[in-house]
Amino acid sequence: MSETSHTFKPKQKRSRYISAIKRLQRYPTTLIGFTIVFLFLIIALFGPLLAPYAYTAQNLPNKLQPPSEEHIFGTDQFGRDVYSRILVGSRDVLSVAGSGTALAVFFGLLLGLFSGYRGGLFDELIMRAMDVILSIPPLLLAMVILFSLGPSRVNVIIIVGFLYIPMVARVVRSVVLDLKTRQFIEAARLRGENSFYILYKEILPNVLPHLAVEASMRFSYSIFLVASLGFLGLGVQPPSPDWGLMVGEGRTWFHQSRWVLFFPAGAIALLVVGVGFMSDGLRRILLPGGVSDA
Amino acid sequence: MPKKVLDARNLTVTYKTEKGLLDTVRNVSLQICSGEIYGLVGESGSGKSTLARAIVRYLPENGFLKEGKIYLGDTDLLNLSKAEMRRVWGKRVTMVHQDPNAAINPSVMIGEQVAEVARTHLKLSKKEARNKALDMLTKVRIADPEVVARRYAHQLSGGMLQRVLVAIAMATNPELLIMDEPTTALDVTTEAVILDLIGDLMRENDTAVLYITHNLGVVARVCSRVGVLYAGEIMEEGSIGQVFKDTLHPYTRGLLGCVPRVNVNKKDISLKAIPGFIPRPDQLPPGCIFAPRCELAEEACRVERLPLKEIDYGHLTACRRNEELKRYGEVVADMREARSETEYGELVLEARNIKKYFPVVGGLSMFEKNRKREVKAVDDITIRVRRSFTMGIVGESGCGKTTFARCIMGLEEANAGEIELEGELLPYSVARRPRDMLRKMQMVFQNPDASLNPQHPVGEAVARPLKLLSSVNKEAIQERVKELFAAVNLPEDYIYRLPHELSGGEKQRVAIARAFAANPTLMICDEPISSLDVSVQASLMNLLVDLQESKGTSYLFISHDLSAVRHLSDWIAVVYLGRLWEIGSAEDVFVPPYHPYTEALLSALPIPDPDIKQESIRLKGSVPSAMNIPSGCRFHTRCPRKLGAICEKEEPPWQCIGYYHQLCCHIPVEDLQALQGEGLLKKERGAEQ
Repeated sequence: MSETSHTFKPKQKRSRYISAIKRLQRYPTTLIGFTIVFLFLIIALFGPLLAPYAYTAQNLPNKLQPPSEEHIFGTDQFGRDVYSRILVGSRDVLSVAGSGTALAVFFGLLLGLFSGYRGGLFDELIMRAMDVILSIPPLLLAMVILFSLGPSRVNVIIIVGFLYIPMVARVVRSVVLDLKTRQFIEAARLRGENSFYILYKEILPNVLPHLAVEASMRFSYSIFLVASLGFLGLGVQPPSPDWGLMVGEGRTWFHQSRWVLFFPAGAIALLVVGVGFMSDGLRRILLPGGVSDA
Repeated sequence: MPKKVLDARNLTVTYKTEKGLLDTVRNVSLQICSGEIYGLVGESGSGKSTLARAIVRYLPENGFLKEGKIYLGDTDLLNLSKAEMRRVWGKRVTMVHQDPNAAINPSVMIGEQVAEVARTHLKLSKKEARNKALDMLTKVRIADPEVVARRYAHQLSGGMLQRVLVAIAMATNPELLIMDEPTTALDVTTEAVILDLIGDLMRENDTAVLYITHNLGVVARVCSRVGVLYAGEIMEEGSIGQVFKDTLHPYTRGLLGCVPRVNVNKKDISLKAIPGFIPRPDQLPPGCIFAPRCELAEEACRVERLPLKEIDYGHLTACRRNEELKRYGEVVADMREARSETEYGELVLEARNIKKYFPVVGGLSMFEKNRKREVKAVDDITIRVRRSFTMGIVGESGCGKTTFARCIMGLEEANAGEIELEGELLPYSVARRPRDMLRKMQMVFQNPDASLNPQHPVGEAVARPLKLLSSVNKEAIQERVKELFAAVNLPEDYIYRLPHELSGGEKQRVAIARAFAANPTLMICDEPISSLDVSVQASLMNLLVDLQESKGTSYLFISHDLSAVRHLSDWIAVVYLGRLWEIGSAEDVFVPPYHPYTEALLSALPIPDPDIKQESIRLKGSVPSAMNIPSGCRFHTRCPRKLGAICEKEEPPWQCIGYYHQLCCHIPVEDLQALQGEGLLKKERGAEQ
């Protein structure tokens, strides 16, 4: 549907955003969250440029060194610079977890919208299928599928997307169920709007804030899952500097050098906390009246 | 001389907000004597609840008392510590809130909750407290206290719960009882019973009561003195007779003019709405705070604010022009030129024998074979609406009036019956109705907050039906929307606003504009004004009348508010438990002989005129469940004029009184006439002459 279908554009949108940002200032954690996520995005974009060494550059005589001026996070078992590897590795984490989340959000939104709006048997079938997926521990399911498909970046993305579709679909569906009974939807039916308009123009804009909050939460879970799979060796394969993978490899050398383990694990924790704070902040900004307020 | 229980002097309450310190209540003094019910009236946002909370020092975190003195008897409340204050709350001062469901703990038995108060504050033993609880429940006229005491909140109706709250509040025999809109959430018939109870109990116990409400009718019925609060200041104070009869403030006069009277309707008068809004506490005008909305305001009013002045014994006003007001006499409402009596026009809508049963699912119903349980929400209702006429439907909550409207609109598919619009039979579901039929019938919903999409500018809401249902071309739509906004008295630039930037009344105006956009022949209004303030209600009712006159639209107006229905309707139908009981022209329905149910509704209606003594006909119990409807006449379980076995066994017949008035009752019309005599409204007219 083209943009011109709106006869009246809201003029005040900007002031709405400004007041949202003002509200933000009252919650320092939110600001911290956004800053962390923003920093990691910058690192992911410019990682190789910022890194002092190539992430594959080996220097065997210099292996398992503690942090020093030359290698601020130390070196790993092949003498590679951990700092550079973490910088470059942020790409893997963010892109894999991000794409997985995007996949989950897209299909979850579609399923949730139609399931909630159509109702009846269709809704029942979809939701029971979602329950089936939810009833299996995610890591176990991911491992089983990856064992059979073989570990690869694309497969991890598909798995993450698949596993998180039910969560997103459930949230979207519950919001739609609530909105469906609102009187502005009934007014739309009374003037003979078709289902497409009602879903796309009346319901969807009211679902988006909830979706944004849910997506950011899913994102933090995806980071976990991607890191866990990497740790188990089922994710991105060496010599990629995936954080999970680095923790997994570093485990072997833990007694000789803690640094190989500490820094990638810290990076994961920091990112997850940052995304968590951000998602909390999004909820405060987008859904000020609480979760039930659509 | 009754002793003074509460003496609050020059209270100023301040809130810390993002915009700095705001004085929400300014310089208010209140005195309440024992045995007196003091009514505090005001519209929403006038500071009623804030004032009440300040009096008992129960303000939220960000609020504090900037100035003032509060004495409860001889105790200076402001000198008490937190711990001492806690002994005052619940013992010497108690409170009854608006929403009984929120005030009662759902997981503790009713009796225990009453007993708990007696144990904590009266230091009674367990057994004594138990007896005290039963005693209190009996006092609030609960029929079976032993049984009710062992029930939980969800097993009792709203009216019963409110009685329990009164019992809890009265258990410690407090000196001061604060009631914050205790009957607002209840039906009229239940409200009347509770009001009777409050009146009797307080007089018996000599308690001082601060009664907060927005309903002038309720004040006139139970209170002895009244204070009118506006934007945090008292405008007028006096006895009921003084304030209602010799009104000395234009705001009070305005409020009284906003309430429709039961004895006149839109043909005789238009309501006098107060223009403008209550000023926000950060944007107070410099002079008299009511001046910007006052039609009597002169230059001096805009400059200087006068303190309350005692004009008559105990009668105070803040208006400098009160002398003139006195001379003015009663200008409660504009008389309007008598509307030309339209001939009974052609039929617009005919809904015949509409039935809507909702199946009861869930629980164990799936295991019960052949026992189809159903809620009979609408059970055989027939209604006709004629061109440019208003058909009013009244009934208590849960009587099926809204379901009926939704069946007609097609939002709910009827199970049986025929819906004919201008001679064409309509499909049950809105999805199967052709565009042209959709255009002819539109709806205004009850809740203005839910009826507009929060993400769309309000102009869009009005433009959509134009685009879909009318032949207006694209370029002209903007113009049409502007015209429609002008027609509902909204400024043009509101078109671009989002719903959250509008007040409740403004949102409802947009909803009305949206419904009128495609020029419908029939408009269904489902309680369109019930959630709004009286002054806003009045202006919306006027708007509806004006639009009907200029466009010739027919209305189906649904409400539980008898006076609003009486004001707007040409025809009235009374609904109870999914069925019609009386139908007739507006003049006839409210004049005897009427159906016993109509009679009870009328006698329960709070009328803002202390001179009218209504006969107290009160209904027993609550509305039976629509799942098992009583046999015979559905009303027999509560009917004050029940004849006997015949009412329980046989369905009553329809009887005609005159050509345009019918009712459904076993009692012959002549007997009803003899029983009801002159009726309420006749008496009222007599009182005026």
